[in-house]
Amino acid sequence: MQTQTQPAQRLVDPPAVPTDRLVAVAAGGEVTAEVHDAVLRETPVLEIDRFNLWYGAKQALHRITMPVAHGKVTALVGPSGCGKSTLLRSVNRLNDLVQSVRITGDMRLNGDSIYDPRMDVIELRKRMGMVFQKPNPFPMSIYENVVYSLRIDGENSRPVLDEVCELSLRGAALWDEVKDRLHDSALGLSGGQQQRLCIARAIAAEPEVLLLDEPCSALDPIATGKVEDLIQELRGRYSVLIVTHNMQQASRTSDYTAFMYLGRLIEYGPTTEIFTKPILRETEAYVTGRFG
Amino acid sequence: MSSDRPRPRRLRSRYTNLAAHGEPWVWLTGGALAFALTMILGLLAFIAVRGASTFWPMPLELVELDDGRRALGEVSGRETAATAAEGREARPARRLIRTANFELSGTHYEWFDEVRIAASSLPEWATAVERLEGGRFHGFPKRLLHGDDVVAEGPAATWAAYEREHPPAWKRHRQAVRIDKVERGELQRRLRAARLAVVQAGLDSGADSPARVQAAARERDVVAHVEAETVALDEAVAKLRAANEGWRMEFETAAGDTTSLPLDGIVRAWQPNRLSLLGKLGVYGSRWGEFLGDDPREANSAGGVFPAIWGTVAMTLIMALLVAPFGVLAALYLREYASRGPVTAAVRVAINNLAGVPSIVYGAFGLGFFCYGLGAGIDELFFKASLVADSQPTFGTGGLLWASLTLALLTLPVVIVATEEALSAVPNSMREGSYACGAGKWQTIRRIVLPRALTGIMTGLIKAMARGAGEVAPLMLVGVKKLALELPVDGTFPFVHPEREFMHLAYLIYDVGFQSPNSQAAQPMVFTITFLLVAIIALLNLAAVWLRSRLRRRYVAQQF
Repeated sequence: MQTQTQPAQRLVDPPAVPTDRLVAVAAGGEVTAEVHDAVLRETPVLEIDRFNLWYGAKQALHRITMPVAHGKVTALVGPSGCGKSTLLRSVNRLNDLVQSVRITGDMRLNGDSIYDPRMDVIELRKRMGMVFQKPNPFPMSIYENVVYSLRIDGENSRPVLDEVCELSLRGAALWDEVKDRLHDSALGLSGGQQQRLCIARAIAAEPEVLLLDEPCSALDPIATGKVEDLIQELRGRYSVLIVTHNMQQASRTSDYTAFMYLGRLIEYGPTTEIFTKPILRETEAYVTGRFG
Repeated sequence: MSSDRPRPRRLRSRYTNLAAHGEPWVWLTGGALAFALTMILGLLAFIAVRGASTFWPMPLELVELDDGRRALGEVSGRETAATAAEGREARPARRLIRTANFELSGTHYEWFDEVRIAASSLPEWATAVERLEGGRFHGFPKRLLHGDDVVAEGPAATWAAYEREHPPAWKRHRQAVRIDKVERGELQRRLRAARLAVVQAGLDSGADSPARVQAAARERDVVAHVEAETVALDEAVAKLRAANEGWRMEFETAAGDTTSLPLDGIVRAWQPNRLSLLGKLGVYGSRWGEFLGDDPREANSAGGVFPAIWGTVAMTLIMALLVAPFGVLAALYLREYASRGPVTAAVRVAINNLAGVPSIVYGAFGLGFFCYGLGAGIDELFFKASLVADSQPTFGTGGLLWASLTLALLTLPVVIVATEEALSAVPNSMREGSYACGAGKWQTIRRIVLPRALTGIMTGLIKAMARGAGEVAPLMLVGVKKLALELPVDGTFPFVHPEREFMHLAYLIYDVGFQSPNSQAAQPMVFTITFLLVAIIALLNLAAVWLRSRLRRRYVAQQF
């Protein structure tokens, strides 16, 4: 019955990707990351030091070593499943909640070891802010969402909370849109507003580093534009580590870009260099969209 | 095998098309729903109609048979003629009449063949009397007597005199009853407390100890005081009774007998054939009022069911208060703290199976563990005197607290399962967001997870309440009694008596309908009690649903 079947026609040719490193990685080999000197000259807020992570028997991160610059926006890019989000979630130890996760190596936040057994995870997380792929406002009012991290610290003074709420919402470019309905449910906001609310919530506690996990992947183009503008504004005031799928977004918003592949760091350097004259041809192939 | 031309495919097949369209399934599923709804609504409508009509004053029909017999009563049913069939005799059309006057005729209801009825009418002065004892009476008022004096004679005059004399007589009767029940009961309790204090002192510090001597002296004081008070009460009651003494109302029955009833033995009387609609509504309302607000009479087959309403509502609410925290905490541990593994899975299966254990098993467990175990222990520690002096257990027998606990245990699986479902419906992104803000586990649960899951938890609680309120079997073992007029909350110190036995509407249905000596006469009452029980459960559920919808509005979830 193979009546109408025509020989399958390829729509595109296989990408002419220089694959020696990628093939080596796919075969399970280890590679040395190409780290540009410019990165090393920055003051690091976060230092990832020979970090390995396993989900059960499967190794998800291989010996990641990278400093994250203070006051700059650093983007993590790479094809799906390359471990970007896992790395981000390791920074504030959200992976602790997953059973069967095992790590070696360490990270340091302003010099303090994150994986030190004496480190209080809760205190650690208070020093960071995180925004997730899907907006996840809590089922409470806009106001309570923003001051959540203060509330759980036992801060109940109205003037303090009011001030933090306004500052954070202004910081997240949301104040003008919600100032008249601070005590309405946060779930009544649009998706883009909800995501900016989550950013306001993350910066309310003055985090030392702000972790953004594909913050625009669930948003429409207009909301995406607003969030990207916001990330631009955050530059300089906060150290931002952002995971993104979107090359344009990485090139528009970040100062530094790290390219990851199958759990390895491949190349890490200033965004302009990564996107215009990367050291490795693999990186060039990826950022120009020829694979991944 | 390989031809270049595609074989034309048949696009339409009536057979597959029908199934693909889904029409038969629409009819099948819709039909199943309609069937279920019809059954449920039919049952509810039947109960509501029968239950609500019990107290309506039906006309009294006077039936004259061809042999000269006469009967007066409400028509409660009719049957059409049936022809002879296999194993069944032919039967003429007949009607069922509630003839009342049990002490004269030995029956409450009687069937009359239509062909033998010579005449039937609705006589103006036909009177229905509800009596304190002996059930319903139907007859015609003849005379009103006070001692040997004839106060009134003839139906009209007698009825007018009745309407004048009955209310004060009834009021005096109620007063006497109240004195007997409340004030004498209070004296009895004081006597008993004093007596038990003596025993307790003897147990605590020895038979010859000064404490016991002191208590004994105090008891003598109490006894003297109670005796004096009893004399006063006796006098008051005697005065009330004397005022009612001699007032009698004479009736002539349809059969021609003359019966006289004591005036204060008449709860109420009405003449349905004379009553206007408003008057009928008055009788209807007054009978409902008695039903809802009074104690039962005549082995629960007449009077009110107030103690049972009280017991049902109190038990259900206490059960809900007990089961909610335990169930929610257990589910929280299972879902939020326990690590996933074979043990957790086994526990979960076990909980689901617990929901299927027959309720009588819980009753037996409650009796053995709560009453005979915990209760006996409490008695041994705190209520030894009662045990020694009267060999009467206090907590060591069924009671409101133990019944509520037993039902809480029975409904626990429902709450745990529902809460677990509600918790697992809270998206993990919420929890992660909270942890990322630096919240601890308990802070996350209290501020994020529980509010989100609250409406689901409430749903579980509603289901638990509905199940618990309708249970009878376990209650019979752990504290529900046929008659328990002392409510678990009253004016006697310490005002709340969770150890007291109580009445329950569901048990009352069983008792009145199937255990009553005159279950025939009590039959209408069964429908009314059932109606009331269904209404109360519906009300409790509605209250919980209302609460849930208020909560839901606070945490309204919106998609984007």
